[in-house]
Amino acid sequence: MVKEIERAGIPVVEMCNLVPVALTVGANKIVPTISIPYPLGDPQTSKEVQWKLRYHRVGVALDALTADITEQTVFNVKI
Amino acid sequence: MKKAIHYINQFFAGIGGEEMAAYEPEIREGLLGPSLALSAVLDAEVTHTIICGDNFMGSNTQEAVERILGFLEDKDFDIFIAGPAFQAGRYGFACGTICKAVQEKFGVPALTSMNEENPGAEMFKKDVIIFKGGKSAAKLRGDVKVLANYANKLLKGEKTLSAEEEGFFERGVRAQVWLESGETAAQRGVSMLIKKLAGEEFTSELPIPKQDLVAIAPPIKDLSTAKIALVTTGGIVPVDNPDRIQSASATRWGRYDISQMDRLEAGVFKTIHAGFDPAAADADPNVVMPLDVMKEFLKEGKIGALHNYFYSTVGTGTTQAEAARMGKEIVEKLKEDKVDGVILTAT
Repeated sequence: MVKEIERAGIPVVEMCNLVPVALTVGANKIVPTISIPYPLGDPQTSKEVQWKLRYHRVGVALDALTADITEQTVFNVKI
Repeated sequence: MKKAIHYINQFFAGIGGEEMAAYEPEIREGLLGPSLALSAVLDAEVTHTIICGDNFMGSNTQEAVERILGFLEDKDFDIFIAGPAFQAGRYGFACGTICKAVQEKFGVPALTSMNEENPGAEMFKKDVIIFKGGKSAAKLRGDVKVLANYANKLLKGEKTLSAEEEGFFERGVRAQVWLESGETAAQRGVSMLIKKLAGEEFTSELPIPKQDLVAIAPPIKDLSTAKIALVTTGGIVPVDNPDRIQSASATRWGRYDISQMDRLEAGVFKTIHAGFDPAAADADPNVVMPLDVMKEFLKEGKIGALHNYFYSTVGTGTTQAEAARMGKEIVEKLKEDKVDGVILTAT
């Protein structure tokens, strides 16, 4: 699905937990998430912590849309 | 008698479905679930079964591998078998990961089986012998038999045939063989060339595998004037699932208006994805479809606009062909609204 979006010339970032799968399938811009059932917020943590994590990682993904890359890239996250 | 150890996931061990997918690695003596079918056709005693939850392997890969290799250190075994994983993507990833690690550390053959649509096949087929398996557990016996047929030859030290003849994915490994026909490479090459010139069908002896990478789209220059859209394969839909998107092997997708809301509320949206425990996503759908922070970015001016709809389907068991078709259909909608960039969350 990511590839069809990119093929149309629209930059796209895949946010996922299984980064090696995304690389194999052929996503060009990847931002890791923390798990499969809750990619962007661990329910064991407070709502505030979840929000911060989500705000950070989606922010990284937005910035990744502006990145001029030449090969498949996994972007670093801090939290 | 030779000895084998078998790896299966929490589901096939009968421990539980998605709610138990975080199950930690464990080793048990004897047979369990698919080990029974394997044991019936394998010329080796299956002494132990290793169980690991698919999410535990997916999210804590290094730890899971280390713990399992630790279980195996004092065990005596001649072959290691994982799965079959059919079309289950995370299970396929797990089987490929553990087979690769076991054969590297212990130098014993490690075999698995999965369907060609399983992303684990593409990931590991170069490193691990992966048999071409069926789509679902209904094919268990057949898949295990094909795998065991090859395993038995290895255990007896008998001659094995090519990937195509044995039924596993090509690894790109070349082996020299004497052809019974005695036809030399020069003769075969020329006869292929003649066929090619005559416009006839011929089969290359050296197929070049191609990886389908898409050209990188030009980046967004200025986020603050860009229109961004959200897409997910995590199955987030309004609670009544108006488009009746399937919980697995989806062929349908939906788009839902988010222009008038600041976040996705529990009880209004939920996930219908059958490939993971829905508890967290149902309690707060924003953990899969992060509308709340996107609205914040919009308010702050980091992005210029947010496309009025988010798009959703289910990514488990969905074939790559269906995913590509749905992707193309979604692209048409994105283009109509001149979307500049997309964030796609996958589970």
